[in-house]
Amino acid sequence: MNNSVRSTARLVGAGLRALLVLTVVCGVIYPLVVTGIAQAAFHDKANGSEVKAGGKSAGSERLGQSYTLEAKDKDGNPLPDPKFFQPRPSAAGPNAENTKYQLIVSGASNLAADSKTLLDSVKQRRADVAAFNHADPSAVPVDALTASASGLDPDISPAYARLQAKRVAEANGLPAGKVEKLVEDHADGRILGFMGEERVNVLKLNIALRELAGAGGKR
Amino acid sequence: MSPVLSGVLQLLALVAALALSYRPLGDYMARVYSSEKHLRAEKLIYRTIGADPDAGMRWPAYLRGVLAFSVAGVLFLYLLQRIQGVLPDSLSLGFTAISPDQAFNTAASFVANTNWQSYSGEQAMGHAVQTLGLAVQNFVSAAVGIAVAVALVRGFARSRTGELGNFWADLVRGTVRILIPLSVIGATVLVACGAIQNFSGIHEIGQLTGGTQQVNGGAVASQEVIKELGTNGGGYFNANSAHPFENPNAFSNLFEIFLILVIPFALTRTFGKLVGNVKQGYAILAAMGVIWLGFTALMMWTEYAHHGAALQAAGGAMEGKEQRFGVGASAIFATTTTLTSTGAVDSFHSSFTGLGGGLTLLSMMLGEIAPGGVGSGLYGMLVMAIIAVFIAGLMVGRTPEYLGKKIGTREIKLAACYILITPTLVLGFTALSMALSSPPGSILNVKGNSVDGSGAHGFSEVLYAFTSGANNNGSAFAGLNANTPWYNTTIGLAMLLGRFLPMVFVLALAGSLAEQTPVPETAGTLRTEKPLFAGLLVGAILIITGLTYFPALALGPMAEGLS
Repeated sequence: MNNSVRSTARLVGAGLRALLVLTVVCGVIYPLVVTGIAQAAFHDKANGSEVKAGGKSAGSERLGQSYTLEAKDKDGNPLPDPKFFQPRPSAAGPNAENTKYQLIVSGASNLAADSKTLLDSVKQRRADVAAFNHADPSAVPVDALTASASGLDPDISPAYARLQAKRVAEANGLPAGKVEKLVEDHADGRILGFMGEERVNVLKLNIALRELAGAGGKR
Repeated sequence: MSPVLSGVLQLLALVAALALSYRPLGDYMARVYSSEKHLRAEKLIYRTIGADPDAGMRWPAYLRGVLAFSVAGVLFLYLLQRIQGVLPDSLSLGFTAISPDQAFNTAASFVANTNWQSYSGEQAMGHAVQTLGLAVQNFVSAAVGIAVAVALVRGFARSRTGELGNFWADLVRGTVRILIPLSVIGATVLVACGAIQNFSGIHEIGQLTGGTQQVNGGAVASQEVIKELGTNGGGYFNANSAHPFENPNAFSNLFEIFLILVIPFALTRTFGKLVGNVKQGYAILAAMGVIWLGFTALMMWTEYAHHGAALQAAGGAMEGKEQRFGVGASAIFATTTTLTSTGAVDSFHSSFTGLGGGLTLLSMMLGEIAPGGVGSGLYGMLVMAIIAVFIAGLMVGRTPEYLGKKIGTREIKLAACYILITPTLVLGFTALSMALSSPPGSILNVKGNSVDGSGAHGFSEVLYAFTSGANNNGSAFAGLNANTPWYNTTIGLAMLLGRFLPMVFVLALAGSLAEQTPVPETAGTLRTEKPLFAGLLVGAILIITGLTYFPALALGPMAEGLS
């Protein structure tokens, strides 16, 4: 009995030593080497692809932002700002556990395909988006009606951007043609022509839009 | 280009990349596990452990090594999470200690190569736990999986010996010679795409409309790559591989799918090399490939068709999917992650169509062998091959053989125990959770709940959780709030038992095979390298899984799909 306890302890000791030495290899040396390579070769990307507008940090081009007014709707949600292109709906949650940070917790709605809640919000979003953009409800594309997986989706479809162009142009006092051209200039095709979907980066589009509006002298 | 065509082209590109890497990687891994030489760094590691890497181990000794190492892993990871609250802010980011039940669940999860997560990465885990704890287990739990698979292959390859090699040598070589070099390359590719890799912690950046927002920094790319390559799946962030910092664009997305599949598929080549007949490896590869392609095609079809009232109203299955990936690539990712033991997600399975969600469940229920987790896929498939050979033997009234080894009473008993463990855990724990009164409070999509769906979807959430846990997948129908003492404990147990009990039977099987004297091939020997056998193997897998899980599937996704 004593013997088997001792041999078990010896074995777990070997396991623990193996774990510690592999922790040094995989948990210290490896991430430091990768960080070194990343910081040397891809400094901006490794640090979150920050973009600047007017000399100030305007966020990360990888992360979606909200563009809202101070005013709120009847449910207490801030209203979308008509001066900006709007991103996809988001189901990302507030930080509930560690209140030390104001981080947004990434995530999806997880609602089922036959969920009544989801069905209702899809219908509501279709009506809202159509009214907000003075567009035909049937013209609202699917990415405007569904919440993304991360809740931080930086992109919308070119169709959704085109749908918003007229409203955005009006709100900024710009000619519609100019804003429509801006959208086309910012529409990215599929990578190598076939990977993923066509998309427009909302932050980059809005930065360009603000520059355009600023140059037009009307803000 | 239509979205469907783009989806198909992405699938073809993936197949081409896998085909190109199959032989070089498979042959390289065969050399790694049969080489007599030790690298200088490895010798240093063996000295620290106090192990002789050249000592042959019989199966009980090999198993004791696996278990001792894994027990140490669980203890270390548990303690690291429990002391997070007293670590300096630079290591903990100011996050508090993880509660005991959640710390147990997470420790079990990462050691068992599952990476089920009942926490949200960005609001719970600091640098120390993520990089020193979780990412390390991503490496070593994968290396343990490959080691056990290689031990089983040696059981077929060796004769009249009980020795299966040395566990410590297999563990260290898998980590140092395979996983780390591939991870350094892969992480660099991911950073080049836009994944982050820094230690800046949580910091503020600006917003276009004024004010600031807080974002995470962290060693994300280095953890992301091994999470896929080691078929682990635990995301740095709550949104997992859907988060733009983990998976920045459509290329990185396809690259991550490639990383998940490359080792499990190539291991069939390693197997063929080690048993001295690469065609045997091709037969196993064919069975894996047929299932993977078939499931992927079905998944793409159902997601493009977007059945389900809410998806029909929206005009596409984009709920819980990212614009830069689209429906096609998300469908490929979903099948891949559930047919391996990965569980990483780039889109949320709970919002897939009823049939699509059912397919992710069924993929895991197959036992994750097509191509399966690193190592666990190969040994799971070889156990199924033994069952298939046995069924074929019954049909013709011959003692079954596989690779020159007789499949006798002892072998078939061990194989039968292996395939019974996971269904017992899945169905037992699901039944218990549904029968008891308190756990159902966690379900999101309950009938009668204000968050209405169908009752069938709520049942699917629970069935999915235990299927994912016991099969060591780790993905979730995340509607289920699993951070309760009940689910943390039961899923933790399901993960540990679902990982290590099968390993006991696999190693016992390997020991028993290695002791045998090979039987010479005769005209009556079943040709296990032929397409006929690959077909038989696929049939056996589908029938066994179908019979085991049909009633449970009928109550969940099938009922939802038909409603």
